[in-house]
Amino acid sequence: MELMICLASRYLEDDSIVVVGTGAPCAAAMLAQKMYSPRLMIMFEAGGIGPLLPSMPISVGDSRTFYRGLGASSMPEIMETCQRGLVDYTFLGGAQIDMYGNINSTMVGTDHARPKVRFPGSGGANDLASFCWKTMMITPQDKRRFTEKIDFVTSPGYLDGPGAREAAGLPPGTGPYKVITDLCVIGFDGESKRMKVENIHPGLDREVIAENTGFELLWSENLVQSEPPTAAELQCLREEVDPYRYIIGRSGPG
Amino acid sequence: MGNTYQPVERAVSYQPAGEGKIFTDPDADKAREYFYHEKPRKMVSKETSVKEAVSALVKDGDYIGVGGFGANRIPTAILHEIVRQNKKNLGLAGHTATHDFQILVAGNCINRCDIAYIVGLEARGLSKMARRAVESGAIEITEWTNAALAWRYKAASMGVSFLPVRCMLGTDTAKYSAAVKMECPFTGSVYLAVPALYPDLAIIHVHRADVYGNCQIDGIMVSDYDLARAAKRLIVTTERFVPNEVIRREPARTAIPYYLVDAVIEVPFGSYPGNMAYEYYSDEEHLRQWLDADGDDEKLKDFLEKHLYGVPDFEAYLQTVGGLKKLQKLRSLENLVEK
Repeated sequence: MELMICLASRYLEDDSIVVVGTGAPCAAAMLAQKMYSPRLMIMFEAGGIGPLLPSMPISVGDSRTFYRGLGASSMPEIMETCQRGLVDYTFLGGAQIDMYGNINSTMVGTDHARPKVRFPGSGGANDLASFCWKTMMITPQDKRRFTEKIDFVTSPGYLDGPGAREAAGLPPGTGPYKVITDLCVIGFDGESKRMKVENIHPGLDREVIAENTGFELLWSENLVQSEPPTAAELQCLREEVDPYRYIIGRSGPG
Repeated sequence: MGNTYQPVERAVSYQPAGEGKIFTDPDADKAREYFYHEKPRKMVSKETSVKEAVSALVKDGDYIGVGGFGANRIPTAILHEIVRQNKKNLGLAGHTATHDFQILVAGNCINRCDIAYIVGLEARGLSKMARRAVESGAIEITEWTNAALAWRYKAASMGVSFLPVRCMLGTDTAKYSAAVKMECPFTGSVYLAVPALYPDLAIIHVHRADVYGNCQIDGIMVSDYDLARAAKRLIVTTERFVPNEVIRREPARTAIPYYLVDAVIEVPFGSYPGNMAYEYYSDEEHLRQWLDADGDDEKLKDFLEKHLYGVPDFEAYLQTVGGLKKLQKLRSLENLVEK
């Protein structure tokens, strides 16, 4: 988890805007703010704008999300800011993801009225995936999760390939950007819009990654090893971002 | 650079994007009639009790919108009373419905739901009971997103019957919604039209109100500005009553003016076990107990008996969870008081 959070934090450029949820994405944004991008603006979908987070929020609408903030607005205000094209990054989670970065957080099964397993649904995920310029994911990687055909497309990735988002009417130029897993960092091929592995975490190889993926991955020509967390990143993460280890856990590096 | 737009004649094209049901009537003229004839424009005291408000203003079969955000600034006293009075066949706007959804499902009150977010309690995990209720097919569902539901309230609040939005496009979320695909009459861009959502009833908890129902909310508004305006009937609970003079001192802070409000009740700690910004933090221990209990029918029965059915009102509920001592603790937690 620490590795994933540190890697994610490095992608968040200064002077940009990110909408985050609770958990690892929030930790990554906080870490980025403290280490690399002090002017990164963090927003929460229920209305919080630019808080000085005193601790990890437990809800994207709890009072921590606007503690000493620049604004305490509303759901329409945040979603409209996204729809207007002002928000650079967002982070999503989900039960299943396919090679185009489409995400399922709604259900498992084939009958919508009687799902085998029901999950919460979109919440704001579909909105953020539709509107934000770059969508990121932090997720464990395994065959069950990274699957050829997801049971329900809750939030749009590149749908069924190049041009599909635009054809559907989604704002041009938006879409999945990076998927940061416990095995590797995956980007998206410019032509085919399919997942393409960019970095492999230390000690792992292509075989392990392929074994834990339910579809064929593309591999970057410049495949490199992921840069492990630095001592400074770890210290900041453990002492300032998540001192109670709600997100990074007690088991140490992972 | 001037405006280069030239009006063009277009064939009107509307295409259902989903097979979901619309549970409420989006007709803006019918809503106008209702508002004109039924909304209380007389500035008189609307103070009442939770029991009376629920008994008089919540009808079996009503479609309800709940203010706040799941377990933040929620009207818990009203939710409990709806369960206690055994209201049935309610519809719900599941606009990040978390603990509110859990309470209404525990009381077996809901039979239909517009879903953006249900069955989970965000970082706290999923409610097994709520999941079972949806998986069994007992609750009729239509999919939406948080923004879609917020904008459906906004359309109603504006007094129009739909709004064009750019979310849900291309996904199964749209396929199981009741949105309609349309072209922009000016640019030809593709949009989804979402129908105005006029709930029969909204229930909202606020920081302060006068007895007429003029309300102020501190911190984030979530979607309550529009929800309060979209609803046919509105019950407000308030942390505290203030004199009308306090409202008049800072009129820019009035989120909900009196003419939207049908009943107002003073309920201190009214969002418990949810968070109330600047007042008290959520009671994570009690929310955990709820989640633990609702995985098992017998345990849930005992739990509800102890905290909901077996107590006469919200004040008595607060006693079952530790009373003033617990509430003081949550107040310190919210305000980061070092102890």
